[in-house]
Amino acid sequence: MNDAPSHNSSSEQAAGTKGLVGKLALVVIGMFGFGFALVPIYEVFCEWTGLNGKTGGRVEYSATQEIAKERLVTVQFTASNNAGMSWTFEPMVHQVEVHPGELTEIRYRARNPTMGRMVGQAVPSVSPLKAADYLRKTECFCFTQQVLEGGEAIEMPVLFYVDPALPADVTKLTLSYTLFDVTKNFEVSAPLVSEL
Amino acid sequence: MAHGHDDHHHGPAKGITRWLYTTNHKDIGSMYLWFSFAMFLMGGVFALVIRAELFQPGLQFVEPNFFNQMTTMHGLVMVFGAVMPAFVGLANWMIPLMIGAPDMALPRMNNWSFWILPFAFAMLASTLFMDSGAPNFGWTFYAPLSTTYAPSSVTFFIFAVHIMGASSIMGSINIIATIINMRAPGMTLMKMPMFVWTWLITAYLLIAVMPVLAGVVTMMLFDIHFGTSFFSAAGGGDPVLFQHVFWFFGHPEVYIMILPAFGIVSEIIPTFARKHLFGYDSMVYAVASIAFLSFIVWAHHMFTTGMPLAGELFFMYATMLIAVPTGVKVFNWITTMFKGSISFETPMLFSIAFVVLFTMGGFTGLMLAIAPADFQYHDTYFVVAHFHYVLVPGAVFSIMAAAYYWLPKWTGHMYDEALGKLHFWLSFVGINILFFPQHFLGLAGMPRRIPDYSLQFADFNMISSIGAFIFGFSQLLFLFIVVKTVMGGKKATAAVWDNPEGLEWTVDSPAPYHTFSTPPLVK
Amino acid sequence: MLLKNKLWLGLMTAVLALASTELFAAWDLNMMQGITEISRETYRLHMLIFGICVVIGVGVYGVLAYSLIKYRKSKGAVPATFHHNTKVEMVWTILPFIILIGMAIPSTRVLTQIYDSSESELDILVTGYQWRWQYRYLTEEGEEVSFFSNLATPDEQIYNVAAKGENYLLEVDQPLVIPANRKVRFLLTSADVIHSWWVPEFAVKKDAIPGFVNESWVIAEQTGTFRGQCTELCGQEHGFMPIVVEVVEQAEFDTWLAGKQADAAAIAELTNQEFTLEQLVEQGRTVYNTYCVACHQANGQGLPPAFPALTGSAVATGPIEGHANTVINGVPGTAMAAYRNQLNPIDMAAVVTFERNGLGNAVGDMITPAEILELQAAAE
Repeated sequence: MNDAPSHNSSSEQAAGTKGLVGKLALVVIGMFGFGFALVPIYEVFCEWTGLNGKTGGRVEYSATQEIAKERLVTVQFTASNNAGMSWTFEPMVHQVEVHPGELTEIRYRARNPTMGRMVGQAVPSVSPLKAADYLRKTECFCFTQQVLEGGEAIEMPVLFYVDPALPADVTKLTLSYTLFDVTKNFEVSAPLVSEL
Repeated sequence: MAHGHDDHHHGPAKGITRWLYTTNHKDIGSMYLWFSFAMFLMGGVFALVIRAELFQPGLQFVEPNFFNQMTTMHGLVMVFGAVMPAFVGLANWMIPLMIGAPDMALPRMNNWSFWILPFAFAMLASTLFMDSGAPNFGWTFYAPLSTTYAPSSVTFFIFAVHIMGASSIMGSINIIATIINMRAPGMTLMKMPMFVWTWLITAYLLIAVMPVLAGVVTMMLFDIHFGTSFFSAAGGGDPVLFQHVFWFFGHPEVYIMILPAFGIVSEIIPTFARKHLFGYDSMVYAVASIAFLSFIVWAHHMFTTGMPLAGELFFMYATMLIAVPTGVKVFNWITTMFKGSISFETPMLFSIAFVVLFTMGGFTGLMLAIAPADFQYHDTYFVVAHFHYVLVPGAVFSIMAAAYYWLPKWTGHMYDEALGKLHFWLSFVGINILFFPQHFLGLAGMPRRIPDYSLQFADFNMISSIGAFIFGFSQLLFLFIVVKTVMGGKKATAAVWDNPEGLEWTVDSPAPYHTFSTPPLVK
Repeated sequence: MLLKNKLWLGLMTAVLALASTELFAAWDLNMMQGITEISRETYRLHMLIFGICVVIGVGVYGVLAYSLIKYRKSKGAVPATFHHNTKVEMVWTILPFIILIGMAIPSTRVLTQIYDSSESELDILVTGYQWRWQYRYLTEEGEEVSFFSNLATPDEQIYNVAAKGENYLLEVDQPLVIPANRKVRFLLTSADVIHSWWVPEFAVKKDAIPGFVNESWVIAEQTGTFRGQCTELCGQEHGFMPIVVEVVEQAEFDTWLAGKQADAAAIAELTNQEFTLEQLVEQGRTVYNTYCVACHQANGQGLPPAFPALTGSAVATGPIEGHANTVINGVPGTAMAAYRNQLNPIDMAAVVTFERNGLGNAVGDMITPAEILELQAAAE
């Protein structure tokens, strides 16, 4: 750090300043980019640690998946609507007991009670946090958006298994979905009732 | 003195153009300081609206929505308008004088970085008069309250933040370039005054995190207007991500507001203790370690968001570590005074109050670092008391100390010592009446950012509001003292004080328009 | 010097003793100890760190005060010239580090305890709304007990027209009820912005985040009423969404839960009964003052442009089906929420009827709960 003090001729000094400013400007641009890079970094970090309770994407169920017959885990299901979402939305069973490793299917039911087409997106979350990584879904309605015509109802499946590596002190998992109205991100053919 | 003849070629231009076109570091420093004082008064008025409403339970003066606009604007104006520009103003005035440079390295950019600031704050303040009202989502503007649920004025807020950020970044680049390239012969890095050191590190922090702030408001802008979903769970984003990115900027930001203050008191205390600063090297290392730690502690603002246990523990330990370098600094200041020969001029009074009250804020900071206890403190008035203790008697007192300390150098006149002491005591008493009871309010369970509260909080809120008005109106006295000193007063000598250290005391008082055109030699 | 140190020590002990007496609690100066093991552990941790800070503070401020008194220029003090002492500097770098380790150990222990949410006996889903809390009891059969908890303090008290009650701003229409001495797990989420659910006596504070479910838990060791507030800025009425929890014995809880389940059934039945316009307007006024008044205001003038006026509005004086649909389904992209998930058909019929025949409107028509149900099912 103890570099020689610089008080050179003014032209040398100007050149030094120019180079330094260039470097600092690069740092600024780099940090602006880093702000955006935090988004994917966070995603990866979350997936890796289960930080935000998000379950991972689709996984394949292997036929050779080991099943922990001696252990039973309770899986609870809940459904919530975001404030602007008018669909009815609920799990058809509220809890099941499963052996870790065993593939289970449950269903959620949704109905669009309005007169127009709407698009919904369900967002999953698992509690406790440390279990999020161990709930594996081979199929889930949350992987895609749901388009429901006015008055249409739908039953939506979730196929999942609990990874047998689930920490021993976790005996109950809660899989929660929040349903959001994402209609405005899409072209809607029929006018919405609420716009009348 | 030796450089008194340096200003023979030209002095300042006349009239308004002097200020519009100036590239002189002293002019620009003065403009920064006046601007920040204006913002300090504006943010102070917002604070007094808040304290007036909280004087008694019930809603008396403002509606809850306007109350939220006041808390938001108070925070934004004080952080970005008062404290940061004041430090940049001090840097402009003092760094060239302290390192023996004729001016800042990039004088034209310097002009620009100041002049975009008034536009940023005019834009921000204009939102108060819009139909939708000003931003009302807190200075931390958590999504989705600041995106999906924001008033339409949020766009103006975003642009204002962009401009403030650009100003800070340009200012920082200028400061770094000046310090690295323009030091007088013989002034090695480890001979630099502490104020210059702290500003060098602060400037690096600024260019590292202001772009991240620019990034986060840009993401907000895209979420609001262009249908992206950075912070919206519906589109695959995450509102908690906002808090991570924001506090990645926000925690270094709070050190940006305190490191130059460390530098200022490290200049003032040795002067009035008539003794060298104790442990110069360890001071430099302590500032550098605080700056480093500031990048790895951000999530201690988010203990209640539901991080995994390992995350909570990491951020708790890292945060606790900050106590070590901070402790070193406090011990050094006190040891500087130990066995000195202390006199109590106004700048020294503010500096001693800084050491005492900043340490208080440090203690509560340590308490807040303890994650399980933070579950009880978080988002209560305990936090409000904590950060106001480090920011008002911390940052703001240091700025006032600096103003009194260097005012004779700037104006050539001594300020009125009796009035200065009166200002100090009013501020000191006012600030403690204002913020000390807020510790109790927080511990007893009063959440922050509420316009009305249940009855058990009434007494302490009333006391706190009384303190706020004492402190607030005392600052008009400060304005009076400064104006009086600018207008006239006892002539100041070049050294001003009793044998102070530093190159700034080798030039005349007032400092000539151009100084150190020929570099001094530092031994 | 030695004597002085002893004096400080004595003073410090006195301060600590005072801090831990009941007196402090009575004056609301200190954190409450609460009624759970976790809250007491948290309190002890708080007092421990506070105590350490007091000890360090006494030392630091003591030396400072001593220097300021002893080494004054006015008393002829001559400055020393030392400015460096490696040994001393090493000591005051390493010593704090050791003290910090001493703090970190109990903190880690308590935090680990707080994070253990396993083996819960009752699960409750808590959802934050602008600006009320919803509680849903999760049972194997589903969520048939579900209700909203609204601020019960009348506007007259808030606007200083009436005297403020004992529990001003900390009272709700329907409190959360939980059994004592059972591990109750809270799952927290939000339907709009971020809220935070805090009950100081439980030492439970957790953010409710839209699209994400957080968890926390409590074993309440005492029965009684415990009050808290939302602690994350959530908009205009952030200061007006309190939390009230009644802790009751298990038997009482079972009775209460059964009563709630019966209530739900009764509402379903009531929906098909006849109502008069006057009855609906009367009930609608209460519903309006709980759910609508914050945005649309007591006089129906709203707070334009975000919150439009209802008095004379095209919706509230236009076709009744359109009006009802707005309340049921909300208006996407605006602050108007879909109330089908917050209000039962009776309340929705009542509030629509009130808005048409109150607030300066006099349309004269009414909608029945049965018609609301039909509208909800209309599109099928």
